[in-house]
Amino acid sequence: MFELLIFFLPASVLIIGALIVVFAKNPVHNAMGLVMTLISLAIIYITLNATFVAMVQMLVYAGAVMTLFLFVIMMIGVDKKEQTSDSIKGQTFLVSGVFLILMSLLGYVAVNSEFSWNLWFPAVDYVVEGTPQLIAGTLFTTWIFPFEIISILLIVATAAAIALAYDSKIRNKDA
Amino acid sequence: MSTELIVALIKANIVLGVLLTNTILLIWFERKLVAGMQSRVGPDRAGPFGILQTVADAIKLMLKEQILPLKADRAMYLLAPIVALVPSFLIFMIIPLGPNLNIEFGGENYIVEFVGADLNVGVLYFLALSSIAVYSVVLAGWSSGSKYPLLGGVRASAQMISYEAAMGLALVPVILYSGSLSLVDIVDSQSGNLSSSIPILNSIVSFIPKWNVFPQFVAFGIFFIAAVAEVNRAPFDLVEAEQELVGGFHTEYSGFRFAMFFLAEYINMFNMCAITATFFLGGWLGPTFENFLPPFLSSIMPIIWLGVKTFSLLFIFVWIRATLPRLRYDQLMELGWKRLIPASLVWLILSAVVLGLREFGLPWS
Repeated sequence: MFELLIFFLPASVLIIGALIVVFAKNPVHNAMGLVMTLISLAIIYITLNATFVAMVQMLVYAGAVMTLFLFVIMMIGVDKKEQTSDSIKGQTFLVSGVFLILMSLLGYVAVNSEFSWNLWFPAVDYVVEGTPQLIAGTLFTTWIFPFEIISILLIVATAAAIALAYDSKIRNKDA
Repeated sequence: MSTELIVALIKANIVLGVLLTNTILLIWFERKLVAGMQSRVGPDRAGPFGILQTVADAIKLMLKEQILPLKADRAMYLLAPIVALVPSFLIFMIIPLGPNLNIEFGGENYIVEFVGADLNVGVLYFLALSSIAVYSVVLAGWSSGSKYPLLGGVRASAQMISYEAAMGLALVPVILYSGSLSLVDIVDSQSGNLSSSIPILNSIVSFIPKWNVFPQFVAFGIFFIAAVAEVNRAPFDLVEAEQELVGGFHTEYSGFRFAMFFLAEYINMFNMCAITATFFLGGWLGPTFENFLPPFLSSIMPIIWLGVKTFSLLFIFVWIRATLPRLRYDQLMELGWKRLIPASLVWLILSAVVLGLREFGLPWS
């Protein structure tokens, strides 16, 4: 009973947050809905015994990424009305058509494979705890190569961002 | 109801009570201290030495009218003070207040950890929650529908994001030294005294407790500066610079909602000092005088030690506020990004090298 409550409370908040992201008109409300979704997802991670992932989720997504989103929204201004007319002709039909095709494909696969309709969320192996030690142990031994590749990718992205933002004219003025 | 649940409920209530009472004390402490430093008397009407002044202020704020600005975004305007208050209470949960307690109740022995929650990701939890606290300032500034709060909110978010990076980086060498992300383990790793392999040095050094502040003094400095900036205190209080922005992000708030922001600010300040004490000054560690003092007194000595350390740091907070002028905005950003972050990165590499040498010896030997 208690576990059920602990699952359904964040899960329902998550769905409400996701609905706010889609349907709210004000960009700041959208952003806060996304924050709600991310935080309730973090709580679900904790119930699944993945504390490290939960904390990183809070720190990186809810803490850093969404704060920057909000910052940008506030800087640009939210007074403008949301654009509701189609910029591409018939985009609503296009999107719903693609959506229907994808869903029927998914349904076809689900019906014809050995997918069992056990909708109960899986039992957690509470012996294994998502501690930082465990994650670091696998990340820095088995997965060290992909890890390093990702770090190079991130550095390249950072350097590219600096190169794009860097204005050589301003620097010449200073010198 | 299981015992664990009851213990958790009791802990939560104790944390609530301690933090609220403590804030009352803290505000009085700050006002008296600043008054002393500026040759004023400070609050002296309500109660002995004016100690009840804060209680009077709190009651006044609760009875005042709540004003909702016409152009405010209602939902976000009401949400912001709550977002400010909740993380500040949650952060206190992970601060260890003392060693495990043995309680005999109904003929059974219970071992109660003297900490709200001992998380194996405590440091990350602290950083995550302090980054959630940024939302309150941003939302309050934006939703008020007025220019001063908006400027205050934009300033605050830029400042808090910048200094969070330096704060997190300054904590990494401490984690390396302690070998754990849990605050309880970090405190445990600081017990005992320093030792040195050189005999003469060892005899001098062995009187000094093994606190992280001695090997990690640079990280301590960076963390403390970043902590002052993170809670938006002077000299980093551009967020609420009275001379330029009236009240900053909470200009449009009144009554109890303003009190919630005020409360959150002081609880955050207290948390930061308690966390600094835990990371660098040995937390609750200290002599308990088991032989001289009655058992009850010696069992609460850890809390007293933590309180003494925290309030010494708070004294420095107030001292800084009364002494230093406010930084300009560009100076603030430069200090964060060009000084503190590079310094903490260099210090991180240095301490990693030292630890590696200590653990594995020289690479050629």
